[in-house]
Amino acid sequence: MTYIKKEKTIEKAGLWMKSRPLLVRLDMELTERCNNNCIHCCINLPAEDSETRKKELSTDEIKRILKEAVSLQCISARFTGGEPLLREDFQDLYVYARKLGLKVLIFTNATLITPALVDLFSRIPPLERIEVTVYGMKKSSYEAVTRVGGSFEAGWRGINLLLENKIPFVVKGALLPCNKDEIDDFEKWAAALPWMHELPSYSMFFDLRCRRDDYRKNELIKSLRFSPQEALKFLIRKKNEHLKKMKEFCSKFMRPCGDRLFSCGSGHGGCVDAYGYFQPCMMLRHPDTVYNLKTGSLKDALTNFFPRLREMKAANPDYLNRCAKCFLKGLCEQCPAKSWMEHGTLDTPVAYFCKIAHTQARFLGLIKEGEKAWEVKNWRERIEDFTKEKAVVS
Amino acid sequence: MEIKASLNSIYKPSEDVVTRDIQGEFIIVPITSGIGDLEGEIFSLNKHGRAIWDKLDGKKTIKDIAKELSLDFDGAPEDIEKDVLGLTQELLKKKMLVEAGKK
Repeated sequence: MTYIKKEKTIEKAGLWMKSRPLLVRLDMELTERCNNNCIHCCINLPAEDSETRKKELSTDEIKRILKEAVSLQCISARFTGGEPLLREDFQDLYVYARKLGLKVLIFTNATLITPALVDLFSRIPPLERIEVTVYGMKKSSYEAVTRVGGSFEAGWRGINLLLENKIPFVVKGALLPCNKDEIDDFEKWAAALPWMHELPSYSMFFDLRCRRDDYRKNELIKSLRFSPQEALKFLIRKKNEHLKKMKEFCSKFMRPCGDRLFSCGSGHGGCVDAYGYFQPCMMLRHPDTVYNLKTGSLKDALTNFFPRLREMKAANPDYLNRCAKCFLKGLCEQCPAKSWMEHGTLDTPVAYFCKIAHTQARFLGLIKEGEKAWEVKNWRERIEDFTKEKAVVS
Repeated sequence: MEIKASLNSIYKPSEDVVTRDIQGEFIIVPITSGIGDLEGEIFSLNKHGRAIWDKLDGKKTIKDIAKELSLDFDGAPEDIEKDVLGLTQELLKKKMLVEAGKK
């Protein structure tokens, strides 16, 4: 008789068919500080910023939140930042989370990976593949992104320590003007990693500063973004795979979402920021949408506060006339978080994402040149034609 | 060297695993390496497995546990004893149990 079974991805194994736990995964942004100073980053504050450090949650406060997450049947915690390894209590928090029975997913630039940390990960494995962002294959490109001398050597030293000690990790990239010519080398190297089962994921539609704290940095970030045409060229470089994915995606997620602001999974889980505010998603920091965990609980946020947020409706006429009626909603990155970062509101259309979605839709044959997707009446038919391969794709 | 489970031995959960009840599913989460792999294996026990696990408390022998379970479950006592011994062996192999003594 079989009593025991392996559950590699229990949170996706259909165990929640009857009722899903209140919280499956909790994101913990341990700090907004980072030892890199990446040109495209939406959050990094200086590593040595003592004022910021003082405001961060204490070790005990983070442990209390993790403990409550476990009581809500949370399976996995994601430790991110900033650079989460900057926190002096990182190892303590990591061991605490693991001993509570949580899997821990770590987002890192790998520059602070040490032999001691690798030894810890060997003894107490995170049970999730660590995710490392790689900024370039050459010192010149890497440090043109990070703007920190020696970060190239530190980052690759960390990666090699993980590799040599067989600590499972995957790599991600940020596509920037200074490293975009290295993609082939990066992917060739990444493909040889034992834990990379897919191509690396990339960020290229960079978010503006999520605290809306630096106009000049925002201007720099905007200048680094791929144009809609460049983005499309990149997305379709493996054309057949892309089309296959898009067909599946379009049949599931493309439809107008009306005036409800939240059409994503935001608020079913959430992200605790470095200061104890619980956000419905990692990017949304609008003061009206965050919940103070220093005076409340995860449970109250998940059962009372976030459900109210999820009922919020758009009021901006521009949004109601365009985004609310647009069937490219699934393809477009427009959401309350992006609106907040770009415009300081929850419901302002973001022109950049609108252009990207329209460019992609034209390529897929979903709209014609000059058409606005929110004016298309027969969108269901068009999606059906595309998913059945009737659409002409240029 | 593989430890063989025996009917007269007493076992208890290893300190290197944490058990959790997630929406009625009984989960065993490895804490240290050597239990499962490094990449996310966690384990679940079905209701029979869980009934056995709950009795592996560091006090009762496998024989005692099988006897107790035969009051709750249908089946020939020797079959139940065989099942308890089999699961204990599997859990020992996975280092989820440790021996706590003999009678």
